[in-house]
Amino acid sequence: MDMINIFTVFILAIFVGNEIITKVPPTLHTPLMSGSNAISGIAIVGAIIATKIDGGLGAWLGLVAVIFATINCVGGFMVTNRMLKMFKRK
Amino acid sequence: MEYTNLAYVLAAVLFIIGIKRLSSPKTAQSGNTIASIGMLIAIIATVLSFELLDFKLIGVGIIVGTIIGSTFALRVQMTQMPQMVAIFNGFGGGASALVAAAEYFGKYDTTELGSFISGTIILSVFIGTLTFSGSFIAFGKLQGFVSGKPIVFKGQQIINALMVIGILLLGSFIIFGVNQELNLFYGIVLLALLLGITLTIPIGGADMPVVISLLNSYSGIAASATGFVLMNNGLIISGALVGASGLILTNIMCKGMNRSLANVIFGAVGLDEQTSNDGGEQISFKSSTTDEAAMILDAADKVIIVPGYGLAVAQAQHAAREVADQLEAMGKTVLYAIHPVAGRMPGHMNVLLAEANVPYDKLKDLDDINPEFENCDVAIVLGANDVVNPAARHETSSPIYGMPILDVDKSRTVIVNKRTMNPGFAGIQNELFGFENTVMVFGDAKEMLTNLFKDLKEL
Repeated sequence: MDMINIFTVFILAIFVGNEIITKVPPTLHTPLMSGSNAISGIAIVGAIIATKIDGGLGAWLGLVAVIFATINCVGGFMVTNRMLKMFKRK
Repeated sequence: MEYTNLAYVLAAVLFIIGIKRLSSPKTAQSGNTIASIGMLIAIIATVLSFELLDFKLIGVGIIVGTIIGSTFALRVQMTQMPQMVAIFNGFGGGASALVAAAEYFGKYDTTELGSFISGTIILSVFIGTLTFSGSFIAFGKLQGFVSGKPIVFKGQQIINALMVIGILLLGSFIIFGVNQELNLFYGIVLLALLLGITLTIPIGGADMPVVISLLNSYSGIAASATGFVLMNNGLIISGALVGASGLILTNIMCKGMNRSLANVIFGAVGLDEQTSNDGGEQISFKSSTTDEAAMILDAADKVIIVPGYGLAVAQAQHAAREVADQLEAMGKTVLYAIHPVAGRMPGHMNVLLAEANVPYDKLKDLDDINPEFENCDVAIVLGANDVVNPAARHETSSPIYGMPILDVDKSRTVIVNKRTMNPGFAGIQNELFGFENTVMVFGDAKEMLTNLFKDLKEL
């Protein structure tokens, strides 16, 4: 993938994000935050790639990154689910 | 590799659908599930398609992370949601920074590291590290480990500026290949850590909604930057979505206070000195009891409840619902007025009231509820202060001048519950408390509401 391509993807994603997020009602702003927070745990993909065998220091950083990103994903999605369940039961 | 990228696109699509379903409380929970499936797909695709991965490290990391993350998620109380989100932001930013750092350590002494890649690595490490330390300070402030008041020292702005210049200098040395010493890289990490701290400590408690939204956005931008490092469109798209979300919320919060982002970050609003703006005049107010409040409510038809941070501190959301239920049983209409910056994060009050089983269609935004106060008999203000201060409309010298407020003073009677007469976080007296139609009922919100509930029943 060349630079222009990934830049195009980045710009378009910002516009998509803007479109869909402005439609989230204020009532759900806290779940939006914790949910989007879980999505930023996508760094776990990079963290997994970093744990190359015999990668030395980089692999150990990868391990810590996997832990951090997993906390982010698992915790984020679970707590969002907990909140949204409360909004649903009406 | 082709398939991996396809899987990332699929994950991104599921994230987008997931957020889209957050547009209604009815579909929101399924949206969250869809997004989490997207994450699972991205993880599985990565594990399957990259060679030479250390599965032992990955397994250990995922297990440890899952235990910590799920413990947090299951144990946290709804009132503590702001600090929870703050600390998760920090982990997200930290993870992105670490990934970029790992990439740097793997390549810094090779020719693979071009200017573009080293530039994005530095950007990712800088934003990610700043998010990490800043989020932990925000967490500490919300949890009470660090003073919620602004902490300022002389020359703070200059020191911040010097640190930014330092990072730019060190970064350009690395980017333009002047020097590939690892010490330069460590220098950037150290400065970014410090900058996260010095940028967050001067921000007062009431401004936390802005800071958390901003840090949320940073954690997304850091993930995106890491995506550029790894040329990975999964990270780029997801990071951009989160970045956009955080920025939109930041903007909404700033509008809710009628302040610029720069003013929130550098203004240190909430310092003690600002009390003196008031000229020290004392407000004379009427103090009352819950049984008198019950009698006022008995004569009312329409009641609007205005929750603030005090409600969260006292964990009084369930007690508030009980009072509202009782009022409804007595044939009265009850609505809730939610100010965008009430509490410590966007939507904080909504989550608390949802926990207490208040139907979400009774929670009204600023624009919807303000016209309702004119024909409202009683407004009950629970631990809210600055968001109901009429000075925001006319007192040009007030730090909250121009902030959109809830027009509670237009109701026939206003019952204000506060613990003491202490001014709110903006450090200013609230003239509402001295108004002819205002009655103060002092005490802890939960205790006051429990007593009020009893008194209403005994009528």
